[in-house]
Amino acid sequence: MQKVYFDHNATTAIDKKVLGVMMPYLEMQQGNPTSQHSFGRYARTAIEEAREQVALAIHAHPTEVIFTSGGTEANNMIVHGAAIKNPQSTLVRSNIEHPCVARPMEALTHQGWQQNLLKVNHDGVITDEAYKNINANNVSLISVMLANNETGAIQKMSTLSHFAKEKKALSHTDAVQAFGKMDVRFDELGIDAMTLSSHKIYGPQGVGALILNKRSDIEPLIYGGGQEKNLRSGTENIAAIVGFGKACELISESFKETSVLTGELQTTLELHLKELGAVIFSEKVKRLSNTTFFAFKDIEGSTLLTALDKKGFAIASGSACSSVNKEPSHVLLAMGIDEDLARGALRISFGNQNTLNDVKTFIETLKKELQTLKQLTAIAA
Amino acid sequence: MERKPIYLDYSATTPIDPRVAEKMIPYITEHFGNPASRSHSFGWTAEKAVEEAREEVAKLVNADPREIVWTSGATESNNLAIKGASHFYSTKGKHVLTIATEHKAVIDAVRELEREGFTATYLEPEPNGLVDLEKFKKAIRPDTVLASVMLVNNEIGVIQDIEALGNICREEKVIFHVDAAQATGKVDIDLEKLPVDLMSFSAHKTYGPKGIGALYVRRKPRIRIEAQMHGGGHERGMRSGTLATHQIVGMGEAFRIARLEMKLENERIRKLRDKLLQGLQSIEEVYVNGDLTHRIPHNLNISFNYVEGESLIMAVKDIAVSSGSACTSASLEPSYVLRALGRSDELAHSSIRFSIGRFTTEADVDFTIQLLKDKIQKLRELSPLWEMFKDGIDISKVEWAAH
Amino acid sequence: MAYSDKVLDHYENPRNVGSLDKNDPHVGTGMVGAPACGDVMKLQIKVSDDGVIEDAKFKTYGCGSAIASSSLVTEWLKGKTLDQASEIKNSAIAEELALPPVKIHCSVLAEDAIKSAIADLKSKQGK
Repeated sequence: MQKVYFDHNATTAIDKKVLGVMMPYLEMQQGNPTSQHSFGRYARTAIEEAREQVALAIHAHPTEVIFTSGGTEANNMIVHGAAIKNPQSTLVRSNIEHPCVARPMEALTHQGWQQNLLKVNHDGVITDEAYKNINANNVSLISVMLANNETGAIQKMSTLSHFAKEKKALSHTDAVQAFGKMDVRFDELGIDAMTLSSHKIYGPQGVGALILNKRSDIEPLIYGGGQEKNLRSGTENIAAIVGFGKACELISESFKETSVLTGELQTTLELHLKELGAVIFSEKVKRLSNTTFFAFKDIEGSTLLTALDKKGFAIASGSACSSVNKEPSHVLLAMGIDEDLARGALRISFGNQNTLNDVKTFIETLKKELQTLKQLTAIAA
Repeated sequence: MERKPIYLDYSATTPIDPRVAEKMIPYITEHFGNPASRSHSFGWTAEKAVEEAREEVAKLVNADPREIVWTSGATESNNLAIKGASHFYSTKGKHVLTIATEHKAVIDAVRELEREGFTATYLEPEPNGLVDLEKFKKAIRPDTVLASVMLVNNEIGVIQDIEALGNICREEKVIFHVDAAQATGKVDIDLEKLPVDLMSFSAHKTYGPKGIGALYVRRKPRIRIEAQMHGGGHERGMRSGTLATHQIVGMGEAFRIARLEMKLENERIRKLRDKLLQGLQSIEEVYVNGDLTHRIPHNLNISFNYVEGESLIMAVKDIAVSSGSACTSASLEPSYVLRALGRSDELAHSSIRFSIGRFTTEADVDFTIQLLKDKIQKLRELSPLWEMFKDGIDISKVEWAAH
Repeated sequence: MAYSDKVLDHYENPRNVGSLDKNDPHVGTGMVGAPACGDVMKLQIKVSDDGVIEDAKFKTYGCGSAIASSSLVTEWLKGKTLDQASEIKNSAIAEELALPPVKIHCSVLAEDAIKSAIADLKSKQGK
């Protein structure tokens, strides 16, 4: 059976060229980048080259790139790092942030910090008005994700930037989903910090970066040998860092072409989904061209998901991280979507290997499965 | 073409064993799913591999797989254990006990606790690098919440009596954390017997990949820790973040190989170390740092008197070794570990850590001995201190002009 | 640490290593630095009756840059008068060897060694 992967917002298959640059670091004798001998220096050079590749892809300076073990760590690092600098302050985020921004902020509310939420509208975006409802004065950090992992909805960064400057707070965006799917230019966003992840852009898992404006001062999350300018201790994950660098280089060359491709797939898919009676979330707003988050009224999402998987289609219900629990998507609830409809939500996220044919066979399969399910429900009723 | 130096820096990092790399690669190319994706087979395959690797890590140290939490490496494990447990149990007290010769990741995590209002004791070890049990016991206070002692020291390779130290902690109801980054595959670890509550592991010191490690968190009696990375609730809430499946698979395979081969490997390495030791001891005025009995066979840390450290490292560039810990070698400070043993600045400066591993050959050792003999002789011919020593002048009594 | 080719050359092939008879009235000895600081330099000059440096020898306990600095000055000293010798500045040594900022102290030490050797000679000769 052929397998079709429609879950690129969860993770992507590594690019062969990325694997190619990683292999020497997996197979050959490698040094600890901190060591002074030639093995160590060789590793150090490789890391610095990767740092430049990352910086180039997002229009930042190499010194602004701090390598981490992934997006989760980078998000925890900025939240913790900015908060610790300013005890008792207020942390602001949207109410659709990924748990790795939301949860560390919530944890800090038990230790004397406050948290204020920017609320999204029915389409999943933060309006300028929402910012006006934030009255707190002693704000240390404002974090709003660039593109949402579930709906793909893109947030306006200029409002965030303006608001943060007014509050003299650090601004941060989780660009894990946006990077590689749209043009992301750190130097033009006007914000202080940004999170990236490698495995969402055809790079290896286990590595990411916090891009931190040179003027910003934060405390580390992990202490030790003083790597990454003291901001992130621990022996560098060379193979993954080198792979991440290469993935950044490749994605900045290819993302435009890929987003045109996925855009076509998205249009076709959504046309058919709507014919079948699906509701598409964040349909009317600016959205990533690869993401479609949808639901059928009265259809059990998880049953459909399992059925589709058996036919070889890998799709997701909401985000991978929360698919462990059966709660409806917190993003949809924040948008004011009815709980029952939200519970049935499914996400398709395209990548550079998907074809129009994949979409067509998917639609065919979906039609059949929906019919079967409707019959079953009819019998049960 | 430039000849590659002989690698004798296995304590800084090890190469990935080819068998480990082979096992990892399919998880980069084919089974690339997110192990947290529960809705499709890509995710299931990844999850299964993660759980198998967890079992392998647990087996090496005789623990329950449910006691193993994945992290990005030993540095993160140490931070998570020390800060996480101290925070969780801070109502019991706010004092932390550790040893002055611990790895930076432990020392700096404790320092961070101090900034948060904890107090800390950095106990000095004996001149042989071992912790005195009585002194350790006396250092425990009624408000001590956690003690952290490394199993094997990264610079001098000495093995602490973890069982005895753990028993003291049990009696005093202190949580006991052990940094075992340098120990796996080198010493037997049986966590069913050892009175240890938390233990840190690293893959890249045991022929696994970089960027992956684990923390053992005891279930019976259950130890709780406060997470330092929050998010999707991976690893039962103790450590969120998408796990790198191929790295986890690599760590599992590396630990499986270590379990099966460590006995034979250690014997082979001990023979090489003994040969190296004998060869180097034929040079005048050399000093072994740290106890030689309670020590892993992989490590030899030696100070060459009357030779300056940096010029020594320059002289031995045909071998890749470390002067002090890799993590601090960017600075010109003498090793704080050797200083804690009471070594003078000069001897601490002129120390070399030779660490032998899986791919070291007897020819490598022979070459190293000859190289050191030649270079030490050359540097001593250059050294005014050696000349004074040979003239019978006691250098410690010379009054040096302030500089 | 990356060393310049000149430092490496002096380190690999140090010039004028050795000792002169420190009791010889024509020999001035300078010993500067301290073991605890990581550098000790011993510089000796032999001066003819008309005040020209005929020979110079050194021994150095220190890093590659310290060894190179002292080796270089022994080359420079030969044939110079004491006045010319005392004009050798650390900046010239640092420049010649392309020393990085963290190693400038090695050139300072070499300059000090020259001054110390000259002072020793002058005090011996009662000048």
